[in-house]
Amino acid sequence: MSDGEEIILRDLSDDDLVEQMKDDLYDGLADEVHEGTTILLERGWDANTVLSEALVEGMRIVGLDFRDGILFVPEVLQCAGAMKAGMELLRPILANSDSKASLGTYVIGTVKGDIHDIGKNLVGMMLEGAGFEVVDLGINNPVENYLAAIDKHNPAILGMSALLTTTMPYMGVVIEELDKRGILKNLPVMVGGAPLNQEFADAIGAHSYGRDAAMSAELAKALVGRNH
Amino acid sequence: MRDSVARRSGGREARLGRRARPQEAEAVAPELLVTTSANPDGPALVLACGAIANEIIALREQLGIADETMVLHCLPAELHNRPGQIAPRVDAFLSEHRHKYSRVLLGYGDCGTGGALDKVLARHEAERLPHMHCYEFFAGTPRFTRIAEAEVGSYFVTDFLVRHFDKLVWEGCGLDKRPEMLETFFGNYRDLVYLAQTDNPALEDKAREAAARLGLNYVYHKVGYGDLAEAIRKVAPPAAEAGHV
Repeated sequence: MSDGEEIILRDLSDDDLVEQMKDDLYDGLADEVHEGTTILLERGWDANTVLSEALVEGMRIVGLDFRDGILFVPEVLQCAGAMKAGMELLRPILANSDSKASLGTYVIGTVKGDIHDIGKNLVGMMLEGAGFEVVDLGINNPVENYLAAIDKHNPAILGMSALLTTTMPYMGVVIEELDKRGILKNLPVMVGGAPLNQEFADAIGAHSYGRDAAMSAELAKALVGRNH
Repeated sequence: MRDSVARRSGGREARLGRRARPQEAEAVAPELLVTTSANPDGPALVLACGAIANEIIALREQLGIADETMVLHCLPAELHNRPGQIAPRVDAFLSEHRHKYSRVLLGYGDCGTGGALDKVLARHEAERLPHMHCYEFFAGTPRFTRIAEAEVGSYFVTDFLVRHFDKLVWEGCGLDKRPEMLETFFGNYRDLVYLAQTDNPALEDKAREAAARLGLNYVYHKVGYGDLAEAIRKVAPPAAEAGHV
């Protein structure tokens, strides 16, 4: 659809509406995504299908354009806000639904010395969209916090985030401790954050490196054997 | 239920269509993988972040370094917000120009490149400041570490960032368009720490105002040029010193 065209969402066919919702999510239009979600539900769409075909797919495109330098953090956050507007409608339905089996618990947190959580929060949202129960430990987490959360929640995956070159080595400290305690062999660890790369993830013994939020969700699904 | 929304369409296609240049022009360039050679008779090159250009010019004057001894070239300070582009841009510049210069100092720390900059430098016989970022080389490692450890929620600014706060920080985070995102970006910080290079009351006022706009405490440290001064002196010795080498 060309720029400048007036659109009434209710007038669109299902297919066009889903395409328009992806555009609206891309533009960070929370009200429109909220309305599109409402319309699809009213038309009898399954909440899980709305989530995967409109919201998660929309965020996947956002993730690709973020990776390619077409979108930047402020815009991605607006996209995430739009996704959240749709998620607010879907979450209670999904929670009461038998149709969506949980992929397991994903414990995620920013490491000690680091207070940055924007990327982590985006990953958390995508993981939730993918079907994980997300336990968010917040920021500035010492190894003890991760250990306590592992004890309490028995997660399928542990995720760590860092934005600073000075704090990312702490991920290695946590992984070493997990290894010492024999936890690492049964618990996949994912790492992510702006200054990280695959080489660093390999060096500290992480199982997986998530370059962006959308890819992290895909990798997480693959780790629990549900990448389809 | 409210009326259905009537609005203008946009989305990805519209955004790509609005771009002034084709996507490829802005995409990160692949590593050029050129190993360059030096010109022993050429001047020294300081290839720096635009955010420290004024400080290097001031140091050149203070140290009495002749123009023909040291050439300064800067890359856009906006790369501070896009660190993934720093190493490719440096690589491209040195691949084309390295052969003109005797020595090269990168006016960067690691600056969030996650080691990518060091790989580029190794191929071009160049070096950078041995710090993580400009905050650390201005303050000096021990002092920077003390401040950061005392308050993990420290948001650092320099003379440059105070001067260009609106453009680089406020607009850079999109807060001019979406002020409601302030909490998302700065909610975990507690202090705005101004690491000042110069005595400048007008900048201090501006930094104080910036702290208030971000909802942070204001902390001031006069740190001067820190380790940058010695690095510049080393790469381009002043005429008087060079004669004794």
